[in-house]
Amino acid sequence: MRRGLWLVLAAAALAIALIVPRAGVPVFYVSLLTQTWIFAIVAMSLDLLIGFTGLVSFMQAAFFGGGSYAVAIVATRYGVTNFFLLVAIGIAVGVLVAAVFGLVALRAEGVGFIIITIALNQILWGLAYQWVSVSGGDNGITGFSRPAVGPFDVSDNAGFYHLCLIVLIIVLLFLLALVRSPFGLVLRGVRETPRRMRALGYNVWLYRYLALLVSGGIAGLAGVLFAWYNQFVGPTNIALDQSTQLLIMVILGGIGTLFGQVLGAGIVVFLSNVLSSLTGRWQMVLGAIYFIIVMYAPDGLIGLGRRMLRRGQGKRVAPVPIDQKVPGMAGEET
Amino acid sequence: MTAAIATETCLTLRAVCKRFGSLSVLEDIGFSVEHGERRGIIGPNGAGKSTLFNVISGEIPLTSGTVHLLGRDVSNMPAHQRARLGLSRTFQTTTLFPRLTATENLILALQADSKDRFQCFRSHTSFRERHDEALQLLDRVGLKDRAEMVVDSLGYGEKRQIEILMAIARRPKLLLLDEPTAGLPQSDASLVTEMLKQDKSGMTMVLIEHDMSVVFDVVDKLTVLHYGRVIADGTLEQIRADQNVQEIYLGGKL
Repeated sequence: MRRGLWLVLAAAALAIALIVPRAGVPVFYVSLLTQTWIFAIVAMSLDLLIGFTGLVSFMQAAFFGGGSYAVAIVATRYGVTNFFLLVAIGIAVGVLVAAVFGLVALRAEGVGFIIITIALNQILWGLAYQWVSVSGGDNGITGFSRPAVGPFDVSDNAGFYHLCLIVLIIVLLFLLALVRSPFGLVLRGVRETPRRMRALGYNVWLYRYLALLVSGGIAGLAGVLFAWYNQFVGPTNIALDQSTQLLIMVILGGIGTLFGQVLGAGIVVFLSNVLSSLTGRWQMVLGAIYFIIVMYAPDGLIGLGRRMLRRGQGKRVAPVPIDQKVPGMAGEET
Repeated sequence: MTAAIATETCLTLRAVCKRFGSLSVLEDIGFSVEHGERRGIIGPNGAGKSTLFNVISGEIPLTSGTVHLLGRDVSNMPAHQRARLGLSRTFQTTTLFPRLTATENLILALQADSKDRFQCFRSHTSFRERHDEALQLLDRVGLKDRAEMVVDSLGYGEKRQIEILMAIARRPKLLLLDEPTAGLPQSDASLVTEMLKQDKSGMTMVLIEHDMSVVFDVVDKLTVLHYGRVIADGTLEQIRADQNVQEIYLGGKL
């Protein structure tokens, strides 16, 4: 019964989302929604690490930016215009960056892991910023356009909006299946108690590494979309700022929820764009809003919603504090 | 020679030393456990019992010496590979997956050596056989009605029972039990003791325990540790009669 209700709600939300660009919504908002779908994809890939594997990573922008740079470089230098080939290249580069960085970062656990991911992300940013002959340095790369998906032209706003929405739905369904599978259960076990997993015979390192590869591939895919969205790639795509913003999206929506990351991405994208058009001090206001959400809904907006639903049914539930949701943050022995 | 000794025993430690910096926790430990044996390890607090378990299970590396498990030298083998050989353990402080349900906790134990653990596109609840096996395990200790509850919300005694269920779920060849009855009220402790005594699978057990009634009830042989050294090793009668043990550990009470 409740499952049916949720399906109806999801279908309704999807129907509304699909008709948005044709329903007279201003182009500005269509474009913000497009950005939301793209960031939701990366935020979900980060949530696979934070919420389901217990890895707090600040190098998601490296996977994301890696995918962006890969398509930009391949398209401008080698004239590749095949949509599927470009997508495959973006995913492959995301996986590759994750494979290399993972080897280094996974030598540490907890806080050590976090610090190493920050350093690695900076390295790739430095490379993008300074290896001018390949990356264009601060000027970035322009001069490529959105390729057609087979017979479908997605170069206009509406077409590209639909492309991003469809990719988001595919990734969401993929991740929902993944976290419910035996493999997903193993990841959750690794998140909860790595020590026990080893005692049961699981190679904890391997599962963390595999989760990084999957996450890197998805972030790379989102990077491809973001490159096409802006039709420009620059070092800011890869900067630590970007990683931090992704982390904020994951936390605002609710760690370990996947759906929440769509909300989290939406809030960050809309608030930063709408507030910046209202006031010069928009970043201060944004900070205050993040603060309030984390203080009063440490389990994110999805968690807040769940608690309000249950309270409606007469049950009171306390939120799970953020440091208990993320093993690395509690600094516990792993 | 090594192979000959190793094939005869389930577990053999030779000249095992473990130092943390200048602190020597285990010194020249050597003993063997035969297949099917139930061995107790006793010793005062700080004798190195839990460190010994961590060294056997591979959680912490040895400083020197060798550990043979089921005929193989596992001294340098990581913990998860030792587990795959058939070694299983419980922890002194309950070490479960707090935010997973009781069933999920046991499914993780049951699927550890199945190829299914890499399966990404099927719900783990759709593997009915494994799910039912988990429920049967819970039923054995009367926890079936807790199956869908998050482990964190269970009582301490219930968690201890799941801790042991998780260790025996895959029928290990060697089971290390680190104070399985610690902190349990008498009634629950005897449930655990019964669970261990009634196991007829011939599983080899090594048990650390402070409660002497549990020790004398369950084990066949004892190893006594004192300040990181084995000071006595033998049958219950031998240990009871040992002057050394009387003086430094049992306080002449037995």
